Amino acid sequence: MIRFDHVGKTYPGGTTAVEDFSLTIDSHASVVLVGTSGSGKTTLMRMVNRMVDPTSGRVLIDDEDVAGVDPVKLRRSIGYVMQASGLLPHRTVAENVATVPLLEGVSRRRSRSRALALLEMVGLDHRLGDRYPSQLSGGQQQRVGVARALASDPNILLMDEPFGAVDPIVRAELQKELLRLQSELGKTILFVTHDIDEAFLIGEQVVILRPGGEIAQQGTPAEILADPADDFVESFVGSGVGKRALHVDEVSGQQVVLDAGDRPVGVLREGSRS
Amino acid sequence: MSWVLANLPLLAERLLAHLGQSIPPIVLAFVLAIPIAKLANARGWLRGGLTAGAGLLYAVPSLPLFIVLPIILGTGIRSTVNIIVALTIYGLALMVPSASEALRAVSRDTLQSATAQGYAPLARFLRVELPLAGPALVAGLRVVAVSTVSLVTVGGVLGVPSLGMLFIDGFQRSITAEILAGIVLTAALAIALDLLIMLGGRLALPWSRVRGEGVR
Ligand SMILES: Nc1ncnc2c1ncn2[C@@H]1O[C@H](COP(=O)(O)OP(=O)(O)OP(=O)(O)O)[C@@H](O)[C@H]1O
Ligand SMILES: [Mg+2]
Repeated sequence: MIRFDHVGKTYPGGTTAVEDFSLTIDSHASVVLVGTSGSGKTTLMRMVNRMVDPTSGRVLIDDEDVAGVDPVKLRRSIGYVMQASGLLPHRTVAENVATVPLLEGVSRRRSRSRALALLEMVGLDHRLGDRYPSQLSGGQQQRVGVARALASDPNILLMDEPFGAVDPIVRAELQKELLRLQSELGKTILFVTHDIDEAFLIGEQVVILRPGGEIAQQGTPAEILADPADDFVESFVGSGVGKRALHVDEVSGQQVVLDAGDRPVGVLREGSRS
Repeated sequence: MSWVLANLPLLAERLLAHLGQSIPPIVLAFVLAIPIAKLANARGWLRGGLTAGAGLLYAVPSLPLFIVLPIILGTGIRSTVNIIVALTIYGLALMVPSASEALRAVSRDTLQSATAQGYAPLARFLRVELPLAGPALVAGLRVVAVSTVSLVTVGGVLGVPSLGMLFIDGFQRSITAEILAGIVLTAALAIALDLLIMLGGRLALPWSRVRGEGVR
């Protein structure tokens, strides 16, 4: 469980990135922070692994204030994936995946076999292990980034716009892969994006942020779509008149769902889920 | 040519002496420049000052420096210690700005990512930042090596044995072959060191050659 308890962050330059933010993330839940650029998403995420120390309030992991935990140890126990994959260009793919085990003193052999297994787990051929990151495509690099974050089998995964730099088709693949992994692994995931569709896809809980890290609304995707808290949320999620406004038409006895441009997107079934 | 053949042992001796005065300042300049550059990058004002200072230092004419240094150091004017100290100073004047740039060019995203994985600060510097600055550091080192080999000859004017002495002696005694031998050997030594450093860099930084090759 991760708990933000009235945290705030004012950077040395005087920018207040986060005013007063509180949120509890249950263990094994996936929570997505979504908001416009500069709304403090990265700042909040980095408070969890102490890359940013809050100037007010506390962050607790399983009821322990992270301020009292050695930052290096803390970071090794938390998976972190960032937008530009952040792989080390001077290490092979396998060495990159094995970064944390190697730092922790696990033998090279064991680290390597674990790394190769992780590559397969994220859907990559283990033979890519001996390449350098620059010899992979952007999408492959992101998968390696995910594999690296999983290498020490952390309970918590922090993902900062991990799929922001790849094209939409690859992004959709990576999102699906993450959902599959999460259904197997059940990590506590804190995911940051500015793409509301991605947020609704990945997040069991979605937190929509205004600038200054102020929560505009939080809830399940369905709750937010059904009842946007205000105009800001409504325009952000594009409900109302936007692309999410669907309507139903009857075609040969079936209830067909059409989007705003009258393109059919599906058929309505009574009370059907799954 | 006959002069060269008749004086092979002398040439070898001068070449070795030259090498002996070149290697220490090259190594010292490289090793000292890195912490100085790192410190300078951490303090903006220091970086500006050091870069400007390095430029000025390099502008100090070498012959007067070779003469003034023994007075400051209390060594004899023909001592190789002067040469090594003076050339280390010149080497630093070249290497500090170059190392500072090399370290600054390392991607901040990559460094932050290393921090996020749990690299402690010193380990991050030694095992991530330094290797990533490697190709640019090697480029700087090559310039220092060539410049140092050429500057060692100035010591010859003062009577410190090196390939430089061959020009002076050849000039005074009008032996063209000796002058030419001095020039050719100095150039050959500079090229050899340059090549050696380049190859060493390639061996130590195998990843730098695949960079940008893209998708396969
Ligand atoms: N190290 C820093 N020093 C000073 N100001 C910073 C620093 N990091 C972030 N800020 C400022 O804090 C605010 C929030 O930044 P943050 O990176 O948390 O936003 P974000 O929501 O992640 O944005 P994006 O979607 O662009 O990544 C911004 O105004 C930013 O300029
Ligand atoms: Mg961000």
